Order: sequence, then structure tokens, then C-alpha cells
Amino acid sequence: MPAMWHSTFILVMVLLAISRPSLASQARTEESQGTGNATEHTITTLPIVIWKWEEIHFPYLVALWVLVSWLCKLVFQQNPCLTSVIPESGLLICIGWVLGGIIYGADKVQTFRLQPFTFFFYLLPQIVLDAGYSMPNKLFFGNLGAILVYAVIGTCWNAATLGLALWGCWLGGAMGDIDTGLLQLLLFGSLIAAVDPVAVIAVFEEVHVNEVLYILVFGESLLNDGVTVVLFNVFNAFVSLGGAQIDAVEIIKGIISFFVVAVGGSLVGVVFALLITLLTRCTKNIQIIEPGFIFVLGYLSYLTAEMLSLSAILSCTFCGVCCQKYINANMDERSVSTVRYTMKVFANGSETIIFVFLGISAIDPSIWVWNTAFILLTLLFIFVFRFIGVFLLTWILNQYRLVPLDFIDQVVMGYGGLRGAVAYGLVLLLDENTYKEKKLMVSTTFIVVYFTVMLQGITMKPLVTWLKVKRAAVAERTLAEKLQNRTFDHMLVAIEDISGQIGDNYMRDKWNNFEEKWLYWLLMTPFARKSCDPIFNIFHKLNIKDATSYVKEGERRGSLAFVRNESKADVDFNKKFDADFSEMMPYIMTENMGPDHVPVSSILRDSVPSVCLDMHEQDLKMRESEDFDAHHVLQQHLYKGRKQHRHRYSQKHLEVSKDEHEVQEIFQRTMRSRLESFKSAKMGVAPPKISKHLKKDQPQKVREDYVEFSEGDSASGCEAAGSSFPMRAYRGAGIVNPAFMAEMDTMDPMPPMQQIPSWLAEAEVDSSTVAPSQRAQLRLPWTPSNLRRLAPLRLSTHSNDSFLLADSPATQEGISEPPPPPPPQDGQGRGTHK
Amino acid sequence: MGSTNSTLSKIPNVEELVQETGFTPAHIVRLYDRFEALDKEKTGHLRPQDFGAINRLAINPIGDRIIGAFFSPGQETVDFHSFVRILAHFRPADKKRPKDPSMPEPVNSRTSKLKFAFQLYDQDKDGKISRAELLQVLRSMLEMQVTEEQLESIADRTIQEADLDTDDAISFEEFRKSLEKVNIDHKMSIRFLR
Repeated sequence: MPAMWHSTFILVMVLLAISRPSLASQARTEESQGTGNATEHTITTLPIVIWKWEEIHFPYLVALWVLVSWLCKLVFQQNPCLTSVIPESGLLICIGWVLGGIIYGADKVQTFRLQPFTFFFYLLPQIVLDAGYSMPNKLFFGNLGAILVYAVIGTCWNAATLGLALWGCWLGGAMGDIDTGLLQLLLFGSLIAAVDPVAVIAVFEEVHVNEVLYILVFGESLLNDGVTVVLFNVFNAFVSLGGAQIDAVEIIKGIISFFVVAVGGSLVGVVFALLITLLTRCTKNIQIIEPGFIFVLGYLSYLTAEMLSLSAILSCTFCGVCCQKYINANMDERSVSTVRYTMKVFANGSETIIFVFLGISAIDPSIWVWNTAFILLTLLFIFVFRFIGVFLLTWILNQYRLVPLDFIDQVVMGYGGLRGAVAYGLVLLLDENTYKEKKLMVSTTFIVVYFTVMLQGITMKPLVTWLKVKRAAVAERTLAEKLQNRTFDHMLVAIEDISGQIGDNYMRDKWNNFEEKWLYWLLMTPFARKSCDPIFNIFHKLNIKDATSYVKEGERRGSLAFVRNESKADVDFNKKFDADFSEMMPYIMTENMGPDHVPVSSILRDSVPSVCLDMHEQDLKMRESEDFDAHHVLQQHLYKGRKQHRHRYSQKHLEVSKDEHEVQEIFQRTMRSRLESFKSAKMGVAPPKISKHLKKDQPQKVREDYVEFSEGDSASGCEAAGSSFPMRAYRGAGIVNPAFMAEMDTMDPMPPMQQIPSWLAEAEVDSSTVAPSQRAQLRLPWTPSNLRRLAPLRLSTHSNDSFLLADSPATQEGISEPPPPPPPQDGQGRGTHK
Repeated sequence: MGSTNSTLSKIPNVEELVQETGFTPAHIVRLYDRFEALDKEKTGHLRPQDFGAINRLAINPIGDRIIGAFFSPGQETVDFHSFVRILAHFRPADKKRPKDPSMPEPVNSRTSKLKFAFQLYDQDKDGKISRAELLQVLRSMLEMQVTEEQLESIADRTIQEADLDTDDAISFEEFRKSLEKVNIDHKMSIRFLR
């Protein structure tokens, strides 16, 4: 509580500081006009400092206001109990009222007001660009049909019904004596029809409804701004034309202009997205301003569309939506995060400013005209027609949706029809001479905005909880999920084929095909082209997380010296040896060369958990060196579910894939395995090919299975498959893999392996029994024996063991004697083996 | 409508099938047509070769596994009833139908959908996805150029994520847990003509 008082106090002080100069400034402008000239030109002596308020007061005030708005946000975020009840947007409006009140009290006139120009050209573009840029593309395009239906038809419905209903009431005399007409009311309806993205984002982001619901409301709010601006312009033109002049031609023109403006705006956005993407192809050398291009071009897309009198909001949205994927791939990782965060800063910042000013602007008696009937009826109609519209449209859509929207979702959608600053900006644009009731419209807009943002915003969260709306699921973060999703894709496609259904992803497949064939080639740098596979990305992220937590753990224990040592050894090695082997060798080298090259105390040396370090090592290498980047490999070579590239049924199947090679290969492999399975079925052996390997499926002997598999595979037709199966590499891996080697040694005699030093074999036996129990004691999220998996090459159980020893010295006796420092000849022996 | 009825009369035990799978008669008719189209030799049974005739299936990396799922162990043919029963796994769950505890679990429930997915991995039917089995799937979904180590580390990582009892394999329970957050009904449903 004291904190709150404190911050409020500071706020008031800041405010006074602002309003005073502004007060003073007005007085002084007049003064300076009279006396200024004289004082400025006749300098009698050299002034040491002078007061230059006049020159800088405009930017200064702007900056101060930004600061104040953000401070408000800061204050609220300090009080989570407050924001958990009232959404932030509502609170910001409230603080706007307070600030406005103070200013009004000081100045006796509302000095500060949100001007439409400022809103549309400085505040809104940032929000729209951010919304487009961070749009979940897959969801967005997956639900584009529904979104468009809501955004276009829904908005028209809202506008028309509200206008007509108000007109009816006006004719009926419910509003008393106001000077308006059907067209003006329709105009009013259209400007207030649109759900506002700013308000929706602000409220829905705190509620965390499920993603489909979110994208529907959010996408609708974004796109219908375009629609509403278009409608506004059309009706505005109609009103200025006057009722008598409007004939069928004009109406048709209006409809045409609607489509031209909306589609044209989107196209401008797409063109700019192309420009941005092409630009990011060649900004590698000016990484510092690389992110700047995105903002400038994004803003230009907005301005250009505005200049062409096309829909600027749509333009900016589509610019963001279309370019995000490619620029994220093209740009450096750091630039991507810069763009992402800067976008958020701008968007969040201007959102805050907008809400504060929505509050401030209202504290001005000169704009208020009260007409109870008009205002209340508007509120009622907006609310009711929104619901009716949503129910109606959803009912139609549900006939076609795989996952129908249930009733609760519809209620939330209807209730989420928040109106906001766009309506306010538009209503201020009205010409007071044409629209006699402009003030009433402004007041009504204010009331509507406040009502929806405050009341509906506040009640949204309880409503969502009460209705038990499905909440957002955590995004797919694990490899298992990602992999499974890919399997699901393939599975669904196969089932669709079998059941003879024509899937409903036709357009998307077409698009993906086109994208892979042309757009990747055109828009992406060759490097980026290879690196956007989701599975690998997640793998990579998880690895980095492990690495980070590992380093943290190491630091907690006091030293990370070993990390440095490892990498040094690695560098040494890379210089010395054939590049071909550099991928495998570090793991041996770091251990063997370590004592020679790195002068560390042998204890530290021994306790090096080289297992984990190898993981880091690999991770680092993966990021740094392109040739060992599994990134590419995976992305390039993971077969896409046909969902993602599919043609019409009647087409020849070979044309399906962009890559004939791939089709051929899968085909041949499938045929081969099928052949085998038929063969085995005939022989009476139950399920096909795999069973043979899996009968002896013991975790320890997995590797052996692979050998068998690869052999069998190559024998049965490797040449058909292009014979690129990495036999050589694999064999190599098998031979140098001490982990498996050791295991193999105890399990079965693997003849061609090199001799395992006795100490290694011993340690190995222990660790296999001890490791699991120890693992439980460890704090590391991914414990060594887990991490072992990440570096299949280097996982000597020996080093695993030593890591454990280092980790928990208490149990040291329990295990066995710590492995002696590797005898030099051992290192050499293995080195020569390579 | 007339053709629907005449087709329906050709199918034995339609009511039972409707009851069991939840398909409407229209669905069944549609599927029956498809079945007959696949059944080139008009034997009333489908053999793996018949599935193999679907070109697009041949280029599906896990196509043969899917086909395998249609045949119960030891059987070389599948009749119309089993065919429909398998496809019923992919019917979207119907929310309107009240849950009836006395009834056996519908074939399109979350669990049975998951079981279907699980058995695509678990080819030796031991109730576990072993590392080798996972690798098989991974290998079939990835092209040849991926190095074996990368494959292995991905497989290992995947198992680690799911493996709760550290037996280096994924049991059905673990499989289910690992996909707890995935909306299976969305991911494993096809919009059969509605």
C-alpha cells in the first residue's frame, strides 16, 4: 500500500511538472510574441545558460507524455492484485481520467487530446505491424475463412443492423429532436461496428483462451478495421453526396470500392513484404540496421496504402504476416530478437499511450452531449447484434468446420466484441458541418468504448472461468509432440487416401508447394532455406536449455574451467586433423589430448564431465559451423506430410512433390518393405520387417540392431534408394563409440572392436548399475546419463562415471575406485585406431 | 436417396455397424463405395496389395504402417466391417452424445485414437516403443542424408522426454502422458462428409 501511495505521489508530481509548463507556455507565447523579438536580438552580454522551452516544448511534451503513460503501466504492474481484477486497458483509461482531471483543473481547458492524425499515423501502425508480425501464421491461415467471414460479413452486419435499428428508433421518436438521417446513422454504425484490435489484444492476452478462439477474435479485430475504415469512407462519401444523389450506380461503386480498397490494401502489404524479404537477403553485412529496415518498410507499407487511399491497416497487417517467416529465417538470430522485442516495445508502448489518452480526452466538457436514449440504445444494439451476428455466422461456419465452435466459444466471441480507439479516431474525423450531431456521436463512442473495455473487459475473465472456456494449451515444446504431430499429418493423409476423402487442405497444399518451389528460392538466402525445420528447432532449443542449465550448475559449483579446456582441446584438434573426421574426433581428442595440451590439475581433469561437455561442444559447433548443422539436414530431409504439399487427386502422383527424388525414394522404400512384409506374411511370420530386429530388443543392444538394419537395408536395395544411407559414417561411429563399445563388451563379444582397457570395462559395469540411482539425486534437469544420449558418439560410461563421482563425492566409496587417469598408451591406441 | 437405400441393403449388419462406429448410414454407403472401388477383384475382402494400389499411399513415409494397422495379426485380408471400424478411429469425437458408462468406449475416443497411433510405432506389439522402433519411424520420415548420429540423438531425446520409468522405451501410458497437452481429437480426426 505505501508503495502505491508513493508512486501515485510521484505521478502527481510529474503531472504538475507537465501541466505547469503547458500552462506557462500559453501565457508566455503571447508574451514572447510581444517582447520576444527585442530580447532575442539585442544581446547585451553573453548568456551562460538560457531557457529554451519554446524551442523544444513540443518534443519535450511528447516524450514526457510517453514517459507518464509508461509510468502508469509500471505502477499497475507493481500491483498485481489490481490488474488481476481490472484489465490493464481499463486501468489505463482510469488513470487517463485522473490525469485529464488534473490537467483540466489546472488549465481550465483540455490541452491534451488524442488527435486522429496522431493516432492513425503514429500510434496505430506500430500495433498493427506487431500484430501482423507476431501472428501465428498457421493458425491464422488455417482459420482465414472463418476470420474473413466474421471480419467482412460480421462487420457489415453489425454496421447495417445498428444503423438501421437506430434509424428506426429515431423515426419512432425515441431520441427526441436530433438532426440526423439514415445515412449518418449507418455511418455511425459502420465506424463503431468494428471490434478493436488494441482493446482485444489487451484484454484477451490476459485471459488466455484457447488458440482457435483467440485467433478468431484477434484476426477478426485486425481485419475488420480495414473493413470498417472502408465502410466509413464509403458512407462518408455518400453523406457528402447527399441522399438524393445516391442511385444504384453509386451503390455499386461503393461496393466495388469496398473490395478494391480491401484487396488493394492487402496487396500493397504483400508487395512490401516481398520487398522486405528481398532486402533481408542481402543485409548480412549491415546487421546493425537490419532490423530497422523492417520497421521502416512496414511503416511505409502503411503510409503507401494510405496514400493510395487503400486500407492501410490491412496493408500493414499483411505485410507483417507475409514477411515474418522469411525474414526470421533470413536475418541473423540477434536481429530477429531485436525486431521482435522492438516491435513489442513500440506496440505495447503505443497501446499504453492510446488508452491513457482515451481517458484524458474524455475529460473535456466541451465535447460532451448527452442523449440518454441514443446512447443507451446504441449500447444495447451493439451488444445484442454482436451476439446475434456471431451466433448466426458461427452456425453457418459450423456446417463446414472439422472442429465446430461450441456454444461457450461463441458466447466469449460475442462478449469479446470490444470497441476501442479506432472508432474514436474515426469519429473525430467527422466534419462538424455535415454532421450536426458529431458531438453526440463522439460522446456515444466514448461511452461505448468505456463500457466495452471497462465492463466487458473486467467481466471477461470471470466469465471465461465461469463458463469453463477451454484455455490455451501450452505450445508444442517437446520433441515427442512435434514428432507425433508430423506422424499425425502423415496418418491423416493416408487415412484420407484410403477412405477416398478429398481433404480440405487443398489450398494450403497448393500454397505450400508453391512456396517450397518458388518462394524459398526467391526469398530466402540459401542458408536460411535449409534451416526452418520445426523438429530440429525444438531439439536445438532444448539442447540450449540443457546447456544453459548445465553451465549454471557448473557455476554454482564454482568453476567452469573445464568448459574452456574442452574447447581449447577441440580447437587444437581441428587444426591438426583431417576435416573429415573433425566431427567425431573431438570426443576422443578432448580426453586423450587433454593431459598433454591443457595444463589443468589432474583432479579437475578427471572430474571433467566430458559427456555433458561434448553435448555443449556439439551444440556450439552446430550453431557455429554450418557444415555440421543438423538443422539443415533435418529440415531439408524430413518428408513433409502430404497435407503440406498435395495436389488434386486426379493428378499424376509423381507431380505431387516438389522433389521427384523424394517421391521416388519413399516409393521404393515402401515397396521394398511391403515386399518383405508380404514375403514374411506368406512364410507365416507375423508382423513384417521390423520384428526381426526387435525380438532381441534390449536397450543395451540397440546399436547392434542398427548395424543389422543398415546392412539388411542396403542389401535389399540400397542402390535403389540412392545408396546415400550413411553407412560409412555409421560404421565409423560404431567403432569409435566407447559407450556402446563398453556395453558390447559385457554383453557379447564384438570381435572387430578395439581392445578396451580393463579399467574402462570395469568402470562401465559399475556405472550401469549405479547410474540410475545416482541420477535421481542430481539436480540437473538433464542428468549426465540423459545427456549421454545427446552425444551418442562420445558417451564413455567411464566419463559418465567420473562425472557422477565428482558430483557426489559422498557416494564415492560406494561405486568403485575412481578410474585412474587414462594411461597414455591408451590414448595413443585409440588415436591410431582412427 | 434411393441409391443409398439400395446400397445399404447390400451391406450386412448395417445397424450394428452404425451403432458401433457412430457413422451415419450415408457415411457407411460412401465408405462401402470406396471399399468396392478398392476391391478390384470383388472378393469382399481387401488385401494389402489393394491398398498398395493407392498411388498416393505409396509415397507416404508411414504408409505401410498404416496399411498394416488395418490387418489384425495373422490375417491377410480385411472385410468391410473391420475396414469401417478402423476408419472410425478418425471420426471426430461427438460431443453431443451423452457419455454412457455402460457402453463400451467408443472407437473414436481419445484413448483408442492414441492406441491407434501407438501401434503404428509399436510394431512388435510388446506394448512399448523401444528406441529401435522409434528410430525406424524417424528414419522412414527422414530422408537418407540425415546422419545416423543426428537421428539417434533425436530419438534419444524423444525417449527421454517421455520415458518416466527409465526403461529406455515408451509404454502406452508414457506415450499418453507425453501427448497429454495435444488435442488428439483435433489432430486425429478427419472431416468425414458431414
